[in-house]
Amino acid sequence: MSSFYEDEGRFRGILGWIFSTDHKRIGLLYLLAIFAFSAVGVLLGFLMRLELMAPGPTIMRPQTYNAIFTLHGVIMIFLFVIPGIPAIFGNFFLPIQVGARDVAFPRINLLSWWIYMAGAGLAVLSLFTGGGPVDTGWTFYVPYSLRTPVNVPLAVFAVFILGFSSILTGINFVTTTHQLRAPGMTWFRLPLFVWAIYATAWVQILATPVVGITLLLTLMERLAGVGIFDPLKGGDPILYQHLFWIYSHPAVYIMILPAMGIISEIIPVFAQRTIFGYKAIAFSSLAIAVVGSFVWGHHMFVSGQSDLASIIFSLLTFLVAVPSGVKVFNWVSTLYKGSIEVSPPLLFALTFIFLFSIGGLTGLFQGALATNVHLHDTYWVVGHFHYVIFGGTGFAIFGALHYWFPKMFGRRVGKKIPYLAWALLFVGFNTLYFPMLILGWEGMPRRYYDYLPQFHSLHLVSTVGSWILIAGLILMFGHLIYSLFRGEKERLENPWGGATLEWQIPSPPPRENFAEIPRVERGPYEFR
Amino acid sequence: MENHRNDGGSKLGMWLFLLSEILLFGGLFILYSVYRFQNPQIFHLAAEALNRPLGVLNTLVLLTSSLTMALSIFFLKKGSPGRSLLFLASTLFLGILFLFNKYLEWTWKVQLGIYPDAPRLLERERGEVLFYGLYYSMTGLHGLHVLVGLGILSVMLFFILKNKINHNHSVPLENTGLYWHLVDIVWIFLFPLFYLIT
Repeated sequence: MSSFYEDEGRFRGILGWIFSTDHKRIGLLYLLAIFAFSAVGVLLGFLMRLELMAPGPTIMRPQTYNAIFTLHGVIMIFLFVIPGIPAIFGNFFLPIQVGARDVAFPRINLLSWWIYMAGAGLAVLSLFTGGGPVDTGWTFYVPYSLRTPVNVPLAVFAVFILGFSSILTGINFVTTTHQLRAPGMTWFRLPLFVWAIYATAWVQILATPVVGITLLLTLMERLAGVGIFDPLKGGDPILYQHLFWIYSHPAVYIMILPAMGIISEIIPVFAQRTIFGYKAIAFSSLAIAVVGSFVWGHHMFVSGQSDLASIIFSLLTFLVAVPSGVKVFNWVSTLYKGSIEVSPPLLFALTFIFLFSIGGLTGLFQGALATNVHLHDTYWVVGHFHYVIFGGTGFAIFGALHYWFPKMFGRRVGKKIPYLAWALLFVGFNTLYFPMLILGWEGMPRRYYDYLPQFHSLHLVSTVGSWILIAGLILMFGHLIYSLFRGEKERLENPWGGATLEWQIPSPPPRENFAEIPRVERGPYEFR
Repeated sequence: MENHRNDGGSKLGMWLFLLSEILLFGGLFILYSVYRFQNPQIFHLAAEALNRPLGVLNTLVLLTSSLTMALSIFFLKKGSPGRSLLFLASTLFLGILFLFNKYLEWTWKVQLGIYPDAPRLLERERGEVLFYGLYYSMTGLHGLHVLVGLGILSVMLFFILKNKINHNHSVPLENTGLYWHLVDIVWIFLFPLFYLIT
């Protein structure tokens, strides 16, 4: 049977891709776009670290620095991590894992990719039009975003458009999971990756519109001067922050939940052992999605919200750590007495657990009211966030790339270089971000262009770390691209011995995944 | 390629979309609640200055349009596309009437110098600026939804004429109806909040 690469459908060549409604092709379209943007994001981060290598002006002016940290945030969050796993791996594997031929709405799926590209295009356009690149930080906080002369209107409109794409993807995944499960694929036979994407999709549907209306109002504020967020006209900037974080805190769960889903796939396969606490992991995904929607106020402990609100938000913040802890303990328990094979995917998954634990535990410091006053807006927060999102989601994506590579591309990844790349990434990552935790603890504010001399050595260490990290990224992606063209052909359906449905069909999968819709008679992690 | 059709899926997808719409408007309703709580007296006085008869008329127009929408679906499913077309056209007409009234209302306000960022509005109390900021944002976003709805209704009209949707395949029209009812329900909340509660 020919694979989905050969079957061209209505159009030939590149048109056969950008107008394809095949979920696998759309997943790969996203992959290309998303990694291209993430490369830009990495480059911007690299430039920031270069600037901060020494006190005083190093390679750029302050205004350039403000634009660069804003762009780094906007690109990495809205163009890379939020769509990342659902749009790439969710699109490619969710339909296969539930035993379907495609998502519920293939054409809307294609539309959401086009909308994503349109939003990304507008974001790029905003750099060169109006007053130039945005300098507000990725949060677009009012009143500064109402006063700054740079091109805020187009940038917030671009993010609004991107949100539209995210909602459509979410609707597609919820409907697919409800309607298109193969016969015998009961809810508790769903792979945990599907559970994670499903929970995430609900957050995408319910939270994204709130930031949509917030950004729309900011746009109207800039264009028509409506006054709802403008303190000069009676508006309340704290309300902007509330509405912004009602989405943007759940958004970090959009970023991390799918990553947790990937880890729940990789660990049982490479321990060849049924996942420990399947239901606990599945329900903890839902619990994170629900509780995580009610913790946004912990971003505003020092913004002037009421003390009572702060206390409640702090309590809920501690509560949301519980389901994350449940997952970590279950993953570790799965390894117990397993026949563990430390292949690159598992290595990245274990690194996820380690780095995510540091990220999660440092988060508790911020969730506590008293310490938050000290840590708010410092490098501690930057360190914490990167430990969770890069150490967590980033490493999960690396793991997923190595795990699903043979299935997606029909080629094998080499055996040695991934370990070397992992070592560089791991060392570089910790050298880059651990000093930030100390810097923040000592009082270094985030987003500052310059700093006092006592912070110099740690900033220098951090910058050196960024070089090691980037070397690791180049090695890993270089090797993956090499494997894509020159890697050994993968002839096995199931090189890792996985039990989920994607491992029961050819690599790469045929156009409609299954010649015949499978009848599912066992759970996703029953290996023997 | 097979032609997949999944009516249950289409309905579910539509409901999910409507949920996201509710949260889109939800953000605005939160803002309204907070600002009303902060400025009860001013909101009370500003609401009295809105054109209540026109608001009542528009409420009647939109409610009736929901009825004609439901009847259009009813007759399509019963297999009489002619009547379905008639009621769909009535819905379209009522939607246009609603927007026309809205246009009149906005024009009169603008003539009085009450619109966002207007010098005469900014001279007034801060709460009143907020009231009209919300008024224009919320009825504006709602009006935009009516406008989009009119577009979809026109497409449906065309589909019924071409027999692309009929009693065997009525889900697109049913989903259009769901959307139209949502637009109606949003207005059911906007109307008392801006015109009645004083």
